[in-house]
Amino acid sequence: MNIAGPDFIKGLAFLGAGIAMGLGAIGPGVGEGFAAGKACEAIGRKPEEAGLLTRTMLVGQAVSESTGIYSLVVALLLLFVV
Amino acid sequence: MLNTATYISASSFLGAALAIGFGAIGAAVGEGYAAGLANQALSFRPEKSGDVLKNMLVGQAIAESAAIFALVVAILLLFSTPQPKTVLIAWAAIGAGLSMGLSAIGSGVGAGLPAGSACVGIVRQPQNANKVLTTMLIGSAVCQTPAIFGMVIAFLLLFLDFSNMPVYPGWAALLGAGLATGLAAGGPGVGNGLTSREAVTGVARNPETGTETNRVMLIGLSVGQSTAIYGFLISLLLVFTGLEKSTSLSDSFRLLGAGLSSGFGGIGPGVGLGVVAAYACKWVARRPEATGILTRTMLVGMAVTESTSIYALIVALLLVIVF
Repeated sequence: MNIAGPDFIKGLAFLGAGIAMGLGAIGPGVGEGFAAGKACEAIGRKPEEAGLLTRTMLVGQAVSESTGIYSLVVALLLLFVV
Repeated sequence: MLNTATYISASSFLGAALAIGFGAIGAAVGEGYAAGLANQALSFRPEKSGDVLKNMLVGQAIAESAAIFALVVAILLLFSTPQPKTVLIAWAAIGAGLSMGLSAIGSGVGAGLPAGSACVGIVRQPQNANKVLTTMLIGSAVCQTPAIFGMVIAFLLLFLDFSNMPVYPGWAALLGAGLATGLAAGGPGVGNGLTSREAVTGVARNPETGTETNRVMLIGLSVGQSTAIYGFLISLLLVFTGLEKSTSLSDSFRLLGAGLSSGFGGIGPGVGLGVVAAYACKWVARRPEATGILTRTMLVGMAVTESTSIYALIVALLLVIVF
């Protein structure tokens, strides 16, 4: 395997993109699931407040999504810019 | 200088160790959980020891199957003597070990969770033992699906003929295929276990709502599998895509990166999807008249939870197909 400088950088950028997106997806996945789970519990207790609870769930999930989106941005930067 | 046959047998031993080493973790934890809750249940009502013991053993046997898959793959790796046609067989052996071993962790833990809650449920409401057992069996069996994905990839890696695949970057494709399915299966295995644990508890509390609970559990379990399926898909792509021979480092590492992305990316959403469905099952059992709104909220919540695993899938597909 002959390794040149630019090839080495490109290779590690690809590997880094995979690791960034892969590990970055773990936290938001668990966190958003917990938010949605508790929303289901709250709707079970008070079904008449379903609209408010769904809205709050989606806002909370959108915020916990943010770190996943940071990972996606970094992964895409590594893929297309570096 | 080491020859190809030496590499292959050394890697097969390493693969066997990875398969059974990782594979033994999950089943042991899951069975321990089931046994712990069986003891707890018996402390409430010692006269039910026969039923609880039977239920505990059935549940543990299902949890054990993930470890048995891993044992089968490990024994195949130890005793198979493939023709040393290409050094890729060595990489495939490591990939097979990782795929089987890692995927058995989640399934083993997951299958133990409904077994434990079924023991408690039987003691609380002995007259509904059959309904509890049915829900437990469905839940535990579905928990094994991710381990079966891992076993399929392990068998493909063990028995396909890789003599036409270029060694560079083929090594990374085979290693990546093992990692993608193995890692991604961890999340849905545990997630399915959490869902079925709450469903079993719900059926034990309110057997008259068992039909609704079982239905929501099955929807939750099947959506919960999706991240394992993404990992499985990337593994199949990596194994079957025709690769151009290329000795550049970036061509190898992009395939490995694809495996790591979809693999790790499946863990978190897999657990999260299971948590959503767990709470939905819990409350459908308590309040069946809200089944419609609960199922809808569950599916919306799952769709959002799913998103990060879809990002990981997109990055993996970009790495495999576009670059």
